[in-house]
Amino acid sequence: MNPQWQETWNKVWHVGDDVDTDALAPGAFMQHGIDVIAQHCLENLLPHFARDVKPGDIIVAGRNFGIGSSREQAVAALRHLGVAAVIAPSYGGLFFRNAFNLGLLLITSPDTGLLQNQELLARISPGLEPVFMPEKKVKKAPTPDFLLDLVRAGGLVNQLKHSLKPKDQK
Amino acid sequence: MTQHEDENALSMGIQPYAEGERGPAQSLAQKLIARAAGLTSVAVGDIVTCQVDLAMFHDSSGPRRLKPMLEELNAEIWDKSKVVLVMDHYVPERDDAARKIVKIARDWAREQDLPHVYDSQGICHVVVPRHGHIQPGMFCVGGDSHSPTGGAFGAYMFGIGSTEMLGVVVTGKIWLRVPQTIAMNWSGHLSAGVCAKDMMLAMIAHFGMNGANYQAVEFVGDAVTALSMQERMTLCNMSAELGAQTGLIAADRSTRQWLKRPGDVADQTSDTGSFDVEHHFDASTLSPQLAAPHSPANGVPIADHSTTKIDVAYIGACTGAKLDDLRFAAQVLNGKKIASGVQLLVAPASLQDLAEAKAEGILQSLLDAGATLLPSGCGACAGYGSHFADGQTIISTTARNFKGRMGPASTQVYLASSYTVAASAMRGCITDPREVLM
Repeated sequence: MNPQWQETWNKVWHVGDDVDTDALAPGAFMQHGIDVIAQHCLENLLPHFARDVKPGDIIVAGRNFGIGSSREQAVAALRHLGVAAVIAPSYGGLFFRNAFNLGLLLITSPDTGLLQNQELLARISPGLEPVFMPEKKVKKAPTPDFLLDLVRAGGLVNQLKHSLKPKDQK
Repeated sequence: MTQHEDENALSMGIQPYAEGERGPAQSLAQKLIARAAGLTSVAVGDIVTCQVDLAMFHDSSGPRRLKPMLEELNAEIWDKSKVVLVMDHYVPERDDAARKIVKIARDWAREQDLPHVYDSQGICHVVVPRHGHIQPGMFCVGGDSHSPTGGAFGAYMFGIGSTEMLGVVVTGKIWLRVPQTIAMNWSGHLSAGVCAKDMMLAMIAHFGMNGANYQAVEFVGDAVTALSMQERMTLCNMSAELGAQTGLIAADRSTRQWLKRPGDVADQTSDTGSFDVEHHFDASTLSPQLAAPHSPANGVPIADHSTTKIDVAYIGACTGAKLDDLRFAAQVLNGKKIASGVQLLVAPASLQDLAEAKAEGILQSLLDAGATLLPSGCGACAGYGSHFADGQTIISTTARNFKGRMGPASTQVYLASSYTVAASAMRGCITDPREVLM
């Protein structure tokens, strides 16, 4: 699914405040693999999301995206469906860590109100910045470089593969 | 994450203090983090790497996710003595999928020869401290969002996802941005029929589901000091619903007694002036709280819902079915019967809580009132396999009433204390427990 930056314009999906981890990865399907869980991602809010979302699409959300459980299937479902990034003013703290650990780019911006255009298209630049069409300038909270490195690596597992010292290995 | 350590060390601003010189005021959270990071002090916003004293995970977040990733990395557990595995989410196994998940956990525990495994003993957040794995001063992580429960013992404990747990299990370390400390200062005394769950629901309603913005919350004040250890666990547990990274209560005499620690251990506390924010509440004026569907923050006056009929009253979960919670329910239901047409389901948080409830005669009071006993485990709270039927109205002692979590999207779940859930079971509609606690 990497690289997560694109040259083509992609659809922006809009959701409101307080989208919780049960909305992203419903508990009733947690016993299944990510392919099944992903088919139910956001079904209570956007009934056709799993069917219609395309790799490279971006989610613009309200406050507190991903609040609730530590289940990282909430992130994995979005990654499985090819979502390139989420843009929201704030995130559930656990979801925030999980996202970068699985290589999902989260962009923290107080200005998502400026992005409430249903026709808006977006892409992620090689510098992991969001670009919009029609053009929009939004403020962004800084993301530490080591978190962006996790996104570039495709997540913590890939990064550990490169960084593990020989003594940690069998 | 080894490649970042140097950068982190630079940004950490390590400053040793000379003898007699005082460093900056440190909150309990900062002291616990500084120790784990091998530093004298830490400042809010510092990104530090901490050595983990305890890593806890369960059948859902643990082996089924960790085993394949460990194999992929060809890596081993950094220190098995610091790992605790609890089978609580998919036990007892309801179907083949659950059997498969639990079998992976059991096989892996044997294969790895893990020294600390609790299989079907109850919910991790209750079982692990009850076995003394969490001690004041420790730095712990758990593969579950309610891991801040460990903060009730004066330890820093927070929840992480499975991939991050893999990082801990392989390296023994984790990064952290030093949080602010938000003090919740509760003065006064709780009235009869009001408990820690009500304090927590009131705070969540006041601040919102992410009100603590992933900072550390510390509960202080006379009303907190007066709480039993189990009640303190309820406060710290639902710090998750406040959106805090952790919830803390400084260890004191009650903590040492509960953990059977020697009395001469110095308790770590927050320095004067170290809180970034302090909020004040009066426990004396607190009434029983109710969170309406579909958010724990959706606080509503019980009086406005006194005509809401319920189908199921559920006493379960790490936050709502410890011995103290069962005692509260029994106080309400002793010698009474639940309303006809209502189901009262009781799933004690652990086998130890169950055994103690039996010994105290509480369990019998609940059964005589018409309760049905369910196995000790996460059960309906985790919602792993829908439990409640279409359109049912449930009042529950659990932590979350998100739409679709505990049943179909049409299920209406209200959250309340075990006092309120028991009183509602008795009347068949949502009831202020003070009306029946005579």
